[in-house]
Amino acid sequence: MAHIDLGNELPGIRGPMAYRPETARPLNALAEILLRDDNNTLSRGERELIGTYVSSLNDCFFCQNVHGGLAQHYLGCDMPFIDAVKRDPVSTPISDKLKTLLSIAASVQKGGKNVRPEQIEAARQEGATDREIHDTVLIAAAFCMYNRYVDGLATWAPQDRQFYIDRAPIRAAEGYIDFDLYK
Amino acid sequence: MPHINLDNDLPGIRGLLSFRPETAGPMGQLANILLRDDEGISRAERELIATHVSYLNDCFYCHTSHGATACQYLDGDKAMVDQVRKDYRNAPISEKLKSLITIAASVQKSGKAVTPEQIDDARRHGASDREIHDTVLIAAAFCMFNRYVDGLAANTPTDLASYDARGRQIAEKGYGNHIFSTPQPVSI
Repeated sequence: MAHIDLGNELPGIRGPMAYRPETARPLNALAEILLRDDNNTLSRGERELIGTYVSSLNDCFFCQNVHGGLAQHYLGCDMPFIDAVKRDPVSTPISDKLKTLLSIAASVQKGGKNVRPEQIEAARQEGATDREIHDTVLIAAAFCMYNRYVDGLATWAPQDRQFYIDRAPIRAAEGYIDFDLYK
Repeated sequence: MPHINLDNDLPGIRGLLSFRPETAGPMGQLANILLRDDEGISRAERELIATHVSYLNDCFYCHTSHGATACQYLDGDKAMVDQVRKDYRNAPISEKLKSLITIAASVQKSGKAVTPEQIDDARRHGASDREIHDTVLIAAAFCMFNRYVDGLAANTPTDLASYDARGRQIAEKGYGNHIFSTPQPVSI
């Protein structure tokens, strides 16, 4: 049960978003630009995978499954692949560039000061641009917020992981801004 | 020096916001609602929660900036703001605010670190559900802002008077794109 009376039974972040729509708007607008806007040289799948990985490091069940479902949808892969990336990205067949970006994201999850110049240099050597590095850091930082919002209020999350897989195509189509929190 | 080329030498998060104005928009709106909403906990209390979380995250730019803004609302009481940073339990603030900062400090560690006892304690001291909600989200948001600033190694001004000037600017005009698109405030 959530720590506060949200006045609704919605799962995960949708509960507090419906409770406080004033803050939901910028939270969703930020997610839309970071994760879904196509004016970006990182694909939607890559950006959702960064969000999934950080949510997994933060042990946030709801977020890692919502965004894992979206990453799976965009990348056309299966759940074991997403789980393998969460466990150890380096051992998976993702691009070397994405591996260096996930390494930066993992450092941001620990604390901003953990990002080392060598990690930035490694990402650059694999072709990452300054804007891609910027977006990686901000996606990782933003998930350190979303994850804490979801778990800090003790929202509930459906335990059947298929729930998230089934919803992913709808979120991919509707995006993070123009959707009905109650559906 | 920042990890990436920002094409500007603006201080702290302002340099990052200017580099990517598309994401700056919603972040400024979020800060405005969370830190300047006049319902429930005051602007000063909201900034003090942000200052304490930023201090726990060891983000000098953020805890100095938000401490300076809190100071604007507190008649310049720097000693009190500093005590909230380092030893809030003994600071001259309300028991309600102490209980909310305790929740914020748990959120800083992890969302799962918040306990029902901490929530009950805040309620006993008069905190409403909305104040608890805003406290959790302020703490969570600063876990983002702090990581954004330090994760990209943003410029950190060493001129402490400049933080007071920016704090005054925020207290007067609020957050938003004006903080990087208009000339930086001058220290007096």
